[in-house]
Amino acid sequence: MGKLLNSRAFAISTGVFTVVGVFVLLEVLLRIGAINKYIVPLPSQVIMSLERIIFEENIMSRVAETAYEMSVSCAAVIVIGVPIGAVLYKWVALRRAVLDWVAAMAAAPLVLAFPLFLVMFGRSSTTIIVMSVITGLAPIIIKTTEGLLAVRPVLINVGKSLKLTQQQMFWKILLPAAMPTIFSGIRLSWTFVLISVVGIEFLINLGGLGQLINDLAERYDLPGTYASIGFVIVVSVIFFVLLERVETWLRPVK
Amino acid sequence: MTEASSAATVASATQPQLVIDNVFKQFGEGPGAVIAVDNVSFDVKPGEFVSVIGPSGCGKSTLFNIIGGLLDEYSGNVMIERERIAGPHKAVGMVFQEESTFPWRSVMDNVAFPLELQGVAKSERLDRAAHFIDLVGLKGFEKRMPFELSGGMRQRVSIARTLVSGPQILLMDEPFAALDEQTRLLLGDKITQIQQELHQTTLLITHNLTEAVQLSDRIVVMTYRPGKVKRVVNIDLPRPRTSDVVSSDAFGHYVAEIWADLREEASRGMQDSENMQRGRARRG
Repeated sequence: MGKLLNSRAFAISTGVFTVVGVFVLLEVLLRIGAINKYIVPLPSQVIMSLERIIFEENIMSRVAETAYEMSVSCAAVIVIGVPIGAVLYKWVALRRAVLDWVAAMAAAPLVLAFPLFLVMFGRSSTTIIVMSVITGLAPIIIKTTEGLLAVRPVLINVGKSLKLTQQQMFWKILLPAAMPTIFSGIRLSWTFVLISVVGIEFLINLGGLGQLINDLAERYDLPGTYASIGFVIVVSVIFFVLLERVETWLRPVK
Repeated sequence: MTEASSAATVASATQPQLVIDNVFKQFGEGPGAVIAVDNVSFDVKPGEFVSVIGPSGCGKSTLFNIIGGLLDEYSGNVMIERERIAGPHKAVGMVFQEESTFPWRSVMDNVAFPLELQGVAKSERLDRAAHFIDLVGLKGFEKRMPFELSGGMRQRVSIARTLVSGPQILLMDEPFAALDEQTRLLLGDKITQIQQELHQTTLLITHNLTEAVQLSDRIVVMTYRPGKVKRVVNIDLPRPRTSDVVSSDAFGHYVAEIWADLREEASRGMQDSENMQRGRARRG
């Protein structure tokens, strides 16, 4: 029994049944009038609207556009954030000077600065990507620094005893040892990035799924709006599944 | 003449491989300064197994870090074959007290790590690593990750990783401190077997009396703070040696003899520690 409860198949089927259960519950609550239909559409209507969304609203190219902006932004936060985190680890004075500011940046509503970015980059994907990268940078910088600082001194001493160069020490010991914490940072950063990409698409009415949600909401097409949000969730899930696979491949540690 | 005493005669005839000469190390300045190691001198001959034993706070780990080149600022000399060492030396392989395997590497990749740094070809480094994995008794565990191993097995991985690069001197800092007594005795057998097979010059830092007597040719007994050499005891137990030796009268005699020295030092350490606790409690 315990083995069955711990199995992957049980976990997946529980997840599926939960989603279906919530849909059925919502359907019932909406039909008996317990929830206002003008706020939440019937799940059955949302499902029915999928065909319309796919064929009439050109959903695949919109998914592709959002996925492109997310991919570039997600890659950029790693390429920019991890080295900055490593620099802050190495230079103590710089870390003391700026790490609190970086943490404050994570809490700042940067999305409100979109007019400034529109002036600099125009109403384009570049604006969406740049703003999303800036929004997602803080967690990965903080977690990279934190991860490197938390490397157990004994591992560093092993490296010293083997006369590792500074570069070898970083690539062979510090970075792999800090990897679990860095991946926590990546997960947080990517969450910020994914929200930011769709949010800014919505806000400046440009691009993929965010713009579609905006359009459908303005047309008061509630089932379509919710179906589009479903596509955003699917894209996000794909990103995080890929990240999990990469993490397991890089570091198969329990 | 026993095998052990003849080995001792040969060893004494040769030049020391490691010389610790008047090593002094103080932490801090002024009234709060702590002298960790106070003019400590002894040597280790090729193929010899020497242990440094003393109570907590006698500067054993400081000495380990100085000999391993992890602590630069000290006075006196640490010489390996007449060369004064400054910083980590390729002739010294270190095994640490804390668990130090790389959790992201398999047993094989952990052990092959030093060879990877030296640029040894993959097939050769896997062969050499496999030999040392076998030597420490972990054959069949090559592909396992450290989290799949027990504490004792992980420590053996660390020992194999240190031995694979062929250090002239194996320097160990309480490598079995975190293990239970039975595992400790059995690993002691393994260490003795490896040391005899490789004729490995070994310096063990420990606070465990039975471990020191079980493994060593000589034991350097340290005083509690400041850490000085109180006495050097030659252990004339027969080799090859196994953990069965712990039941012999001679073993008991050595343990009692060294404990008589250590007891006074350990009591001073305990007294000191209690006084510090009282002082802290008074300060609130």
